[in-house]
Amino acid sequence: MTTPAINWFKFASPQSFYFLAGRLWPWFAALAVLLLTAGLWVAFFVAPVDAQQGQGYRIIFVHVPASQMSMLIYVVMAGWAGLGLALNTRVSGMMASALAPTGALFAFLSLVTGALWGKPMWGTWWVWDARLTSELILLFLYLGFLALQSSIDEPRRADKACAVLALVGVVNVPIIYFSVKWWNTLHQGASVSLTSAPSMASTMLTGMLLMVLAFWMYSIAVALARVRVIILARERHADWVQHAME
Amino acid sequence: MRVSMSQEMGTTSVLWAVLQREVSLAMRQKGEVLTPLVFFVVIASLFPLGIGPESALLLRMAPGVLWVSALLAAMLSLQRLFSTDYSDGTLEQMALSTTPLGLLVLAKSVAHFLLSGLPLVLVAPVLGLQFGLDERALGVLVASLLLGTPTLSLIGSIGAALTLGVRGAGVLLSLLILPLYIPVLIFGAGAVEADAAGLGAGGHLSLLAALLVVSLFFAPLATTAALKISLE
Amino acid sequence: MLCGLAAIESGDICWKGVSVRAQVEAFRRELFYLGHLNALQESMTVSENIVFSAALGGLAVAQRDVAELLVQFGVGGRGGQVVRHLSQGQKRRVALLRLALSRARLWVLDEPFVAMDDAGIRMLANLVAKHLNTGGLAVITSHQSVDMGGIPAQILDLSACACQ
Repeated sequence: MTTPAINWFKFASPQSFYFLAGRLWPWFAALAVLLLTAGLWVAFFVAPVDAQQGQGYRIIFVHVPASQMSMLIYVVMAGWAGLGLALNTRVSGMMASALAPTGALFAFLSLVTGALWGKPMWGTWWVWDARLTSELILLFLYLGFLALQSSIDEPRRADKACAVLALVGVVNVPIIYFSVKWWNTLHQGASVSLTSAPSMASTMLTGMLLMVLAFWMYSIAVALARVRVIILARERHADWVQHAME
Repeated sequence: MRVSMSQEMGTTSVLWAVLQREVSLAMRQKGEVLTPLVFFVVIASLFPLGIGPESALLLRMAPGVLWVSALLAAMLSLQRLFSTDYSDGTLEQMALSTTPLGLLVLAKSVAHFLLSGLPLVLVAPVLGLQFGLDERALGVLVASLLLGTPTLSLIGSIGAALTLGVRGAGVLLSLLILPLYIPVLIFGAGAVEADAAGLGAGGHLSLLAALLVVSLFFAPLATTAALKISLE
Repeated sequence: MLCGLAAIESGDICWKGVSVRAQVEAFRRELFYLGHLNALQESMTVSENIVFSAALGGLAVAQRDVAELLVQFGVGGRGGQVVRHLSQGQKRRVALLRLALSRARLWVLDEPFVAMDDAGIRMLANLVAKHLNTGGLAVITSHQSVDMGGIPAQILDLSACACQ
């Protein structure tokens, strides 16, 4: 990106976006690997052992970034979807579709790591606290998106329908979160909460930050790589694809 | 060929015509209205069979069980909200009508509530008695369902519009809208429980009312967008 | 796309010099569209369907007029019959009957001559001719070429176009 005034709409064509994504994703992948290594190293070797929770707490270095990413990706996905509906661009819809599986993966990862953390701490594999329950519902929203995507054959219609779904979802996520919190406090169920992480020493914060950034880079890299595959699949009849495949 | 005596029709009259049409169609196919109702009763009866007849436990579970059953029953009839009109071409004509599609959708959702939600509200007290709820609790239950089921119809219309003509629409519709139903469920069942716990149902019921108002505005918008996408 | 049901990828459609998108309601008032589907609810009677269609177009129509129109379109006396019991041709006539009720200036008809007998085709052709004579517009797709009262038409022959 060398020219000062970039015509962003140039990249709205699948063809140019394909090549742009192709140039960009290796960088993000490299950054992801670097940050992940750094983050994991801090998580496992540098951060001190917690007085109450022992070594087991280290899983929050994966759990917290994963849940943050799952929520962030949903918002970004809805953003791309909204852009696609407003501007009637094809690439926006493809980006939303490219992001969805990664978002779902992070939601799932968050739930699994939450369970892995919970077991040694509270003795059960699952706790119906507000955060975990909201995360579960978020996973359902992702799965719904993916299911709708796969059941509509015509790609443009699928993208638009999923866009409406994503926008409805993103409006509902705060409502759902609020209602689940309300539900939780009312029932006095789990007095334990998986967000009660020990007061963070600065090394822990650094480790957390590194992991969050690593997941960001990973998500961008994977989304860009995936959107390239989507573009190729959808535009396979276009001339430029034939040339690119040669 | 005369275009003689036709006069202009006001928007309200058109919406009323839509409502009347939905109701008269349903009356001609009464089975379609009664089946979800029977389903409601059957599901609610399954829970005690699965969990045991211990009355204290059933009493505790009643609000949640009844609300979940009502929710599932309300969802059953959603698929037919637009599908017949879609397949015979009426939906296209509605999209081209001089009355905005959003208002027509609203009229249809109201009709859906009257035909599927309201019967549930009326039958729920009977089921509540089976679970041992007292009169006061029954009253709160009815109030919560009365406020909640219209919202269910409205949110459900979005799902119905998105899955029009799609393979496996029925199950997919459920998957899409059940997460969106969760706040209504929480506040609805919560109202009865809060009242039973002596905390008063006012807060929950107001939240239900708020959800209803928000859906009244936004659901038809989303549904219209989804319908236009399905009609392309 | 003409009716505004499908999104336009590029360019614009103008009615009376103003873009269609800027005057949606006014445009719809002037538009009558009939596609492949009849837009008739099978479980309702013919009269009920006609009254409802008129309502969607913003018009209230009297029962007496409905009965007269039914006779004129060759399906007289069937007002109380449920649509399911009509033949294909009869259903098509009922669907086209709404043309007479509509005050639309622009008619967009997609394959209107399908499933019609000769009498029906003649009737529709006369209807269109009358509409055109009173200053209306009609966009019709068809596999048959039908004479519309000798009024010159712009014919786009799409058979030669290759679809991508």
